[in-house]
Amino acid sequence: MTTTDDAAAGAAPEGLTLAEPALLPGGGRPPGGHRHWWRRGFEVRNLVLLLVVAVIGYLALVPLLYLLWNTFFLDGQFTLDAFGRAYDAVGLGEMVWNSFVFAFGSAVLALVVGTALAYVTVRTDAPFPSLVFASSMVPLIIPGVLYTISWILLGSGNIGVVNQVAEAIVGRPVFNVFTMPGMIWVEGTHNAPLVYLFMVTAFRSMDPSLEESALLSGAARTTVLRRVTVPLVRPALAGAALIMVIRGLEGFDVPALLGIPSGTFVFTSRIFYELQTFPIDAPAAGSLSLSLLVLAGLGVWLTQRYTQDTGNQFSTVTGKGFRPRKLELGRARWWVGGLVLLYFGVTTLLPVGILLWTSLLPFYRGVSLDALGSLGLDNYRELFAEGSLVDAAQNSVVLGLTAATAVTVLSAIAAWLVVRSNIRGRKVVDQLAFMPLVVPGIVLGLSISFVYLRNPLPIQVYGTLLILFFAYVTRFLPYGMRYGVASIEQIAGELEESANVSGATWWQSFRRVVVPLIVPGLLAGWIYTFVISVRELSSSILLYTPGNEVLSILSWQWYEDGKLTLVSALGVVMVAGLTVIVGLSYAFGNRFGVRS
Amino acid sequence: MLEIQNLTKTFVDDHGGDGGGRRRKGRVLAIDDLSVTVEEGQFFTLLGPSGCGKTTTLRSIAGLEEADTGRITLAGRDLFRRDGGKDLNVPANRRGLGMVFQSYAIWPHMSVFDNAAFPLQVGRGDRPDRRTTKDRVMRVLEIMELESLAHRPATKLSGGQQQRLALARAIVTEPPLLLLDEPLSNLDAKLRESLRFEIKRLQHELGITTVYVTHDQTEALAMSTRIAVMDAGRIVQCGPPREIYQTPNSTFVAEFIGASNLIPGTVQRIEDGMVEVATGMGRIVACGSGQVRGAEVLLSVRPEVLTLDAAGPNTIPGHVVASSFLGDCLMTVVRTAEADVRVRSRPEEQPATDAEVKLSVRPEDVYVIDTDK
Repeated sequence: MTTTDDAAAGAAPEGLTLAEPALLPGGGRPPGGHRHWWRRGFEVRNLVLLLVVAVIGYLALVPLLYLLWNTFFLDGQFTLDAFGRAYDAVGLGEMVWNSFVFAFGSAVLALVVGTALAYVTVRTDAPFPSLVFASSMVPLIIPGVLYTISWILLGSGNIGVVNQVAEAIVGRPVFNVFTMPGMIWVEGTHNAPLVYLFMVTAFRSMDPSLEESALLSGAARTTVLRRVTVPLVRPALAGAALIMVIRGLEGFDVPALLGIPSGTFVFTSRIFYELQTFPIDAPAAGSLSLSLLVLAGLGVWLTQRYTQDTGNQFSTVTGKGFRPRKLELGRARWWVGGLVLLYFGVTTLLPVGILLWTSLLPFYRGVSLDALGSLGLDNYRELFAEGSLVDAAQNSVVLGLTAATAVTVLSAIAAWLVVRSNIRGRKVVDQLAFMPLVVPGIVLGLSISFVYLRNPLPIQVYGTLLILFFAYVTRFLPYGMRYGVASIEQIAGELEESANVSGATWWQSFRRVVVPLIVPGLLAGWIYTFVISVRELSSSILLYTPGNEVLSILSWQWYEDGKLTLVSALGVVMVAGLTVIVGLSYAFGNRFGVRS
Repeated sequence: MLEIQNLTKTFVDDHGGDGGGRRRKGRVLAIDDLSVTVEEGQFFTLLGPSGCGKTTTLRSIAGLEEADTGRITLAGRDLFRRDGGKDLNVPANRRGLGMVFQSYAIWPHMSVFDNAAFPLQVGRGDRPDRRTTKDRVMRVLEIMELESLAHRPATKLSGGQQQRLALARAIVTEPPLLLLDEPLSNLDAKLRESLRFEIKRLQHELGITTVYVTHDQTEALAMSTRIAVMDAGRIVQCGPPREIYQTPNSTFVAEFIGASNLIPGTVQRIEDGMVEVATGMGRIVACGSGQVRGAEVLLSVRPEVLTLDAAGPNTIPGHVVASSFLGDCLMTVVRTAEADVRVRSRPEEQPATDAEVKLSVRPEDVYVIDTDK
């Protein structure tokens, strides 16, 4: 189609035809059409699309340009000094090594746990599948910073509850969360539910007859698992693995809270550290950011290439409409059930429980019977009396609402452009909108701070909430796009075409046919964007200014100030709030699901 | 009324595989220099196998595809023109046509009434007021026997009702031209048959010029006033159903239009509009003209014109391979010296398998197809 337009455009200059009014030999009214119908026929459409493309281009490209400029240019002169300073620093080799250990370690942990849980709940008759599902909501409901703080309360070398218990039983602490294994544990268990959700889809869509025929051929169950099941889900597994490694590389909350105190640096925490210690070396942080960006970009590229290569090869896996037969575990059922319970207890009950417990204490102490007497709601009273909390909550909500709305509107129109239109260059819009996915939060934060320190816009951005707004919209645009593209792809093109043939203009058919049909999908995307905006820390930490704190920043600050009981109370309130929102969105999603 | 001149459309061949139409430098020719005229009030059918370009042609008329070159005129008004003169392409929403899509494209978020009312509520020109809109919508819903369902959600309709709603929506503006894109292909056989007559009756009553796209030859024969058989982006034969059925002008049409027996042979003698053709199963005399002696031809003999008793002029010996009772007729496969021949006869007497039979056929029921075409 595109090439057809090209050919036509080359055939005759458009100005000529524009000058001549189309008078027809047969009489009749002169039609408004023209060869370049999208240039003349739909002015509204083109204006809207152009605006959206410009905004997306600005959001995606400008921060990276500033990052490059600030890293490579000093007083207008090209220089590699920043790289030299960044990599000459003591312990840089170790930092790179740590980054990989952390990324791969947490990825392996998340993969093993997530895949096992998915297999157990989808393909076997193991008990308590609903508990696993509840645990899978943890990363959505408990922000990373709070999850990490709860694990500090549980597993720090001296004050951690787990170690108190261990000391009582074996006489010494068993686990220190302020170490590389501790970091891997916290990051891995926080990410495992993502692998779980990913693999559940893979296991669900696998045709059970593939396994059954292997069984009938005489293979033992373990052989079936090894020779048929695992190879069939391997593409999904590999995709999940790459995503997990990238998340591990980009993760900020865990390495910052657990790694910096023990001097275990990774890329993200090192970038943050460079910007917190005097003398602040922003270009050095920039060069570290670029390295991380290249690594993450490489990972994303590999993921895309891999999933494209294997996408068609395993087409048998994408079945539909059958219910996989469940494997009967027999006596192993209760063992597996026990492990599921243990998982739920360790990753959901313990973190939430310790936050709740700590929030009720007047001052921080371990779990004991003595402490029971001192429990009270004082922290909550203090919390709601605290002016900074009210401000931060207000900021978080305002940012969540505006960023989610902006992302949804932008991505709905951009998704339409990418999926439905035949305008040249629509693929570029797609790639632009997906680009921020590659950029780690802290790198985006740094880049955006570079941009608005030199502010290209005529309005004040630095030192206001706007800078956080820009950061959130940029960071979450790819997620919005994913929801938008999926929603629009679901509507048959004929629905729109029939509106068009009925005489509707582009705007009329977009508003009256497309929008109503994609509302459920967009709403899901809106809620998701709202939730992740409220949890956002890694970009915010470099962009907030006093008075513009958000809830995640407040958690961070209070933790740094040692207000453990207060931050726990804040955590409990945030978790409760996010639970309500996520719960509502599920209820809402179900209602829409029934209707269509 | 509708005139298409030298319409050509290529697609970029990005699938690598078999795209259907002819290829030209990495592009697939979907419509190949197609010209056709549809008269006022006609029920005109584009018939052909999938990938023959019939849907692309229809979508080009609707304005949903943009052809590379050619000209489309409706009642003297140019809809599309790119033939060296002034270029012009009226957008789909300003052509004022009615169209029924293969999937019906009923908007699931609107009621039956809202679906049908939509074409009256949109567009840039004058819109009828609420009362008129309501009257007109209810009138078409009545024609389609949907008036009692007007306020139901459109998703609560059965397949046949959705189909009728799609038709109602397409005709509510009383368009000069109605386009139907395989509207019956998603229905079960029984419903399809009843809707076939429904559409034909409606078209007759409203007198609306209709272009219909299908790959089902029975549908085409039953409904059309004219059929254009398409292959590889071209119209192979165009004429009334009877003509297409009885005198196919090529092997393709004969094979596509129905279960005809095609017997290859060589022209031996031409005399008084009669042609004698030598075939593997003996000499067969047929009606024909314009052939040359020695020409390779195909004889098209329909199953229903053959008889199992050897009384007639063209006698072909053979034996029965299988015979099935189909209720209203008997379908028998007879093995002859050249090939298996299908015979459709009255159901009273079923010949035994392996029985020796002599087939016969009147010369005027045998049609000669030149294979050079």
